[in-house]
Amino acid sequence: MSAVIQNKQMKSRSSKKFEKKVGRFALYFVLAIFVLFFLMPLVVMLIASLKDLDEVRNTSIFAWSLNPTLQPWKDAWDSACVGIDCVGLKGFYHTTLIMVIPAVLISTLIGAFNGYALTKFNFKGSKLVYSIILFGSFVPYQAVVIPIAKSIGWLGLADSLYGLVLVHVVYGIPFTTMFFRNYFISVPQELIKAAQVDGAGFNRIFFEIVLPLSVPMIVVTIIFQFTGIWNDFLFGVSFTSGSNTPIMVALNNMVSTSTGEKPYNTNMAAAILAALPTLVVYFLAGKYFVRGLMAGAVKG
Amino acid sequence: MREVLKANQSVNQQATLKRAKSKRVFSNNFFAALTVSPSILVLLVAVYVFIGWSVLISFTGSQYFPVYEFVGFEQYVKLWASERWMVSVNNLFTFSIFFVVVTMALGLLMAILLDQKIRAEGAIRMIFLYPMAVSLIVTGVAWKWILNPDTGLDRLFNSIGLNIHVDWLVNPEMSIYAVIVAAIWQTAGFVMAIFLAGLRSVDNEIIKAARMEGAGYTRIYLEIILPVLRPAFFTVIIILVYQAIRSFDLVIALTNGGPGYSSDLPTTFMYKMTFSRGELAQGEASAVMILLTVIAIIVPYLYSEMRNERRNSK
Repeated sequence: MSAVIQNKQMKSRSSKKFEKKVGRFALYFVLAIFVLFFLMPLVVMLIASLKDLDEVRNTSIFAWSLNPTLQPWKDAWDSACVGIDCVGLKGFYHTTLIMVIPAVLISTLIGAFNGYALTKFNFKGSKLVYSIILFGSFVPYQAVVIPIAKSIGWLGLADSLYGLVLVHVVYGIPFTTMFFRNYFISVPQELIKAAQVDGAGFNRIFFEIVLPLSVPMIVVTIIFQFTGIWNDFLFGVSFTSGSNTPIMVALNNMVSTSTGEKPYNTNMAAAILAALPTLVVYFLAGKYFVRGLMAGAVKG
Repeated sequence: MREVLKANQSVNQQATLKRAKSKRVFSNNFFAALTVSPSILVLLVAVYVFIGWSVLISFTGSQYFPVYEFVGFEQYVKLWASERWMVSVNNLFTFSIFFVVVTMALGLLMAILLDQKIRAEGAIRMIFLYPMAVSLIVTGVAWKWILNPDTGLDRLFNSIGLNIHVDWLVNPEMSIYAVIVAAIWQTAGFVMAIFLAGLRSVDNEIIKAARMEGAGYTRIYLEIILPVLRPAFFTVIIILVYQAIRSFDLVIALTNGGPGYSSDLPTTFMYKMTFSRGELAQGEASAVMILLTVIAIIVPYLYSEMRNERRNSK
């Protein structure tokens, strides 16, 4: 009798186990489909970038190249046509980097100072000041683009990388200030007070206490700003032209250049090249990248 | 006598200390205000004055250059009577609804699936989120290649005998959906990250207790976990709607608003009016409409965030 019951129990246990296995299988199956969906564009681009034009024309987008070639990558780098100049992305890489580095560093530094000043000292009107800054991070740039163009014209910076650096710094301030403010709020006020009792002033407290504590936030902000400015299109396309355009504008010009047959293979290589710096940052510092995203989106 | 003197001295000392301290506090506050003032001045101009300037131009008849001869609301009347603008507004509605609903559903599903103690979770999460690191221009170029009817999925389906047509890029009825698909691909991983963070903040003890009482997966999700995710839902919706309104790069790279102007959004409408058609005042009128929409969504959100913050700090 008891053996029968035991048998029954075992049966139901094993069928539960089976159900669980099926469930796990379904779970991994669905996840695999998602993984394929998200990887597909990158894979398809990679495949296309390794084919010659003949193969691009005659094979499916998923078909691996029978005689892979790096020529499209070489063309994308130094000879593909961007508008009327057939110079590749090389030069644009260079100018974009020259523009991005100062823009990122300056806006991060200003944000750090602002965030520190706004959280550690309760000066009159600091709440109002923060609201004024915060709104700046939500302005749709379409609503300011013409005044910006006019103003950098007056400053003699029209169509120059300096103008673009200035614009990225100014419109980066709201974000960087917000990041550092939200970070510095969690730095204990007692630390500041103790330093003040010891006679440390505004700058010394910042450089000797607050800044060393905020290295992770500095990394997050630099990554966020780097990604944002490297990937910018609107400011680049509105305020620069010719060889001064940043990389995303150059890429778009290259892809929409319409003389003869479209060199899809070169275009795909160029797109991957243009995306490479931010992808590398993402894979090297994913944790900080995600934190930056969250800080930029969740907190305001 | 000595004691009195001593006491007096210490009082004096305290007073000087206090004075010195308050002086220091004053000067530190002064430095703090001094530090933020350049940013404030710059932003007052670059945000508030510039917005005012754009509004001003929208009330003029400016074409290629700003001309300050005012025409009242003429540009706005013309804007709302323009078929092209109406197409872009309709597209924004279609785009927002599909983009927000599908991205949110996908993101939530991905987060729930990933939350089941999955092997290689880190790697899968990286794959879901990498599109966020990629420029929207690159995303546009990639999907332009995939959706190209001559070379992409359409041809693939044809060649294996499937009667599915993915001709969205050349079909004016469907062009906005091409943009929607690419936008979802770009953003779903990010939404997943927000939801996953929310799921991870659910107290495991409560789930264990519910499990003990015999609650099934579905009930646990519906009655315990989803309510915890409520703030995440709120945030995600705001972010996605805001992003939909600002979408610009993706349309430019993927369809350039075409065929014709069938996939224009208000942002691309603004850009074309201003920079290629010499209708500056029309462009600014549409920019003001975009701004008003953003304000209608963001200001209540910011207000509630600030209020939460104040409540938490008390």
